[in-house]
Amino acid sequence: MTRAECQRIFDVAQRAARSAGMDDVELLLDAHSSALTRFANNAIHQNVAERDRMVSVRVLMGSRTARATTNLVDDDSIRRVVEEAIALTKVAEPNDELLPLPSSAEAGEIPRHPSRFDAATAETTPERRALAVKDAIAIVESSGATAAGIFETGAATEALLNSRGLFRYHEETSARFSITATATDSSGWAKASAVSAAAIDAGALARNASEKARLSASPRESAPGRYTVVLEPAAVLDLVGQIFGDFSATAIHDQRSFLTGRPEGPLFGPNITIDDDVRHPLQSGAPFDGEGVARQSLCLVEGGVIRQIPHARGSARRAGIAPTGHGFPLPNETGEMPLNVVIVGGETSLEQMIAAVDHGILVTRLWYIREVDPFEKIMTGMTRDGTFLIEGGRPVCGLRNFRFNQSVVELLRKVIAMGPAVRASGEEAMDMAVPAMTVEDFNFTEVTRF
Amino acid sequence: MKDVALRALDAALAQGVTYADVRVEHILERSLGTKNGQTGRLGSSESTGAGIRVVAEGAWGFAATDNLSAAGLSTAAEQAVAIAKASALAAKAAVRLAPEDKHECVWVSPCVIDPFAVPIEEQLGLLLAVDTELRQNPGVTLAETNMTFVRTRQILVSSLGSVIDQTRTTSQAGFEAWAFKGSEIQKRSYPTSFGGQAQLKGYELVRELALLEHASRVAEEAVALHSADQCPEGVFPLILDSSQLALQIHESIGHPIELDRVLGSEANYAGMSFLTVDKLNTLRYGSDIVNAVADARLDHGPGLGTFAFDDEGVPAQRIDVIRDGQFTGYLASRETAPVISLTRSNGAMRAAGWSRLPLIRMTNVSLLPGPHTLDEVFDIDHGIYMETNRSWSIDDKRYNFQFGCEIGWEIRNGKRARMLRNPTYSGITTEFWNSCERIANRDNWTLWGVPNCGKGQPEQVMGTGHGASPARFRKVRVGGGYGK
Repeated sequence: MTRAECQRIFDVAQRAARSAGMDDVELLLDAHSSALTRFANNAIHQNVAERDRMVSVRVLMGSRTARATTNLVDDDSIRRVVEEAIALTKVAEPNDELLPLPSSAEAGEIPRHPSRFDAATAETTPERRALAVKDAIAIVESSGATAAGIFETGAATEALLNSRGLFRYHEETSARFSITATATDSSGWAKASAVSAAAIDAGALARNASEKARLSASPRESAPGRYTVVLEPAAVLDLVGQIFGDFSATAIHDQRSFLTGRPEGPLFGPNITIDDDVRHPLQSGAPFDGEGVARQSLCLVEGGVIRQIPHARGSARRAGIAPTGHGFPLPNETGEMPLNVVIVGGETSLEQMIAAVDHGILVTRLWYIREVDPFEKIMTGMTRDGTFLIEGGRPVCGLRNFRFNQSVVELLRKVIAMGPAVRASGEEAMDMAVPAMTVEDFNFTEVTRF
Repeated sequence: MKDVALRALDAALAQGVTYADVRVEHILERSLGTKNGQTGRLGSSESTGAGIRVVAEGAWGFAATDNLSAAGLSTAAEQAVAIAKASALAAKAAVRLAPEDKHECVWVSPCVIDPFAVPIEEQLGLLLAVDTELRQNPGVTLAETNMTFVRTRQILVSSLGSVIDQTRTTSQAGFEAWAFKGSEIQKRSYPTSFGGQAQLKGYELVRELALLEHASRVAEEAVALHSADQCPEGVFPLILDSSQLALQIHESIGHPIELDRVLGSEANYAGMSFLTVDKLNTLRYGSDIVNAVADARLDHGPGLGTFAFDDEGVPAQRIDVIRDGQFTGYLASRETAPVISLTRSNGAMRAAGWSRLPLIRMTNVSLLPGPHTLDEVFDIDHGIYMETNRSWSIDDKRYNFQFGCEIGWEIRNGKRARMLRNPTYSGITTEFWNSCERIANRDNWTLWGVPNCGKGQPEQVMGTGHGASPARFRKVRVGGGYGK
């Protein structure tokens, strides 16, 4: 969807709103096309492509607001969705905290950030995906294992326009490759994502997954208990990534965040620093929020101390500060959250981290992570696809998978080594820049049967 | 819509495919919620599009588009065929489908009160009344309510000659009372957590739930949890309420019996299953009193897994999954059925909207009621009772699980003795179901909706149904979620 097309749709919507006596209107537009080639049992078994668009209209009537959305972009449909938004708004309860739409000046300047659109990725053909998959399958198959995974490419446009002259526009591409190598009694997994498909080395990922499956064959059973663990970046992402929804002024105000009522001072270890930075080269996503406010870079945690909390316009007004540009589209109950998390890493390589552990466990990936306790952030889940016993500084064998019940607050107090931050991609949290971590006293509570 | 579907089918067939089906769908949704006396989300959405699935050169291709013009459909059909030809570059064997008849049908799910015809003022008014009632209790620090209604009309046409027109209306409603105090956050939900009850019904569901009548009790329980004892750690007899048992069924029976998962299709994401095909008719899944079915027919009830035909045009069916404790059946598709020598799919293929490929999904996977009254289920000297899910997790082969619930009670001599906070339990799937010793009767049986089941890449979120009545299990590990 081009800028001109966005403007055309907005003009139709604004005329429809004005003819109904509504001056304040906001449009969110989204257009995306994506394709995903999926393979299992060493063959492509599902192979899909889709394109869709979204026109989402919000109108304001004093202190009332509501939203209506359609994927039909002809003029009649746009007028109809505006009428629907108006009808909903008329019956909404007044909200004294609702703010007028932001002007361009109020929404702030978009920070400079790297281009996130790669034309070649947007135009990736099914043949190219299939051939890359075929090569990756061959690598896994030659190791004696069975391959399953995905190769996904896509492009998306996101725009926000409002009747106070604000016009935000963002284009982005994405590529994602993941692969699982399954052997008789073991498995290995690897995954990468990037703005450009060219930045993904599918062959290397296939070799990595195959090697993990080979090394974890004939897994032993180790008793549950507290262990020193080396968590690879995907494991860190999926576990630590669970807490960032609580870095929200609205969640704290609602007293459902684990940050509610915490005493001032260090919450995590002094080596923990976490930023939210849309400009970071390993990050992706639009540089504006659900009301069009420019995303600011925040230091969420510095030396273990909570520093800055994301604020949408509404929560910022309540706090008497400027919004940070992290709000969700209105109306909503959840307010805001950081979407561009960067956990500042260290300089220790993964090999060095393993070498420094006398007796511990190396974890490739965690799975089915759910919150057991909302205040201590105790999370439960399983290890998966490559869990290794470390003895004398080296992985000596694969282990049957563990269940953990681990407080993330406690975990971030017990990090004793970190690698450099890399762009990590898992299945339980959005992609972030995170390091591998060595963590003491990680709490494994049960062992499963494989 | 039918013309659009047939036009897309013609476009696909013109490409020389050996099989094609097309789903054209219009999805209408209304969603509203409140938070602490204010309107929260308030919105409606609609989505229309077509998904074209083909077999060409022995391989699958699928393309979905929101452009329903003749040119748009033709482009999508060409894209589906091009994708199928690319799939053939890395294929091992040609796609083989179990035979299926041609079907022509118009089906509309029962909907007594059209939720889209009920004024939003009335719906919002009810939610705000519940919200107000919850906050009458000064210990409640956050009150939230929600309603969601979805109507999907789908036209499915296929190269078998089928033309199937289905309209399904689903409703969902519930509320939550949160209480923050000191260093604990407690929450109680009604009628269950994560959005409440969801069924294939109209607004009559909301009326049946009697939300306002339960608000005061739920608020009291949320606050009382702060004064309750921590759930002990140990091995106990365990009684689960029907909503928690529904999720237990979902995770430890429903997912393991998906034949695509068993055969490795989901190995990279949702995982596989311990139920390898050699276990069919040989594995003792549960104790003798455990009987489970997968039933998509309306006869089973208005579940989120109820329909007339699945998304590859196979009629809704009932299969025995566990009979007298013995494992007897998988959920299958036209492609996977022949692998276990089924002559026909049992109709479990569903897609999350027009833009997604049909996958094997749970229909209504339910535990059949037992003979016991509720008093008989609770008739133990000492045990633990848990109610309403708070967390759920299971390994990628569906063996080791752990669930947390919002509230528990210690049971002494068949009665609730003291409230327990932060209850969790864990186990191994087959050991757990083999420890089932009493199941309550049909008077206590509810067909619950799980609206948020994730599977597939790209991920698809699907609604599934699970009927259950409270049941008792021997020697279950309790309290491990807070274990040191």
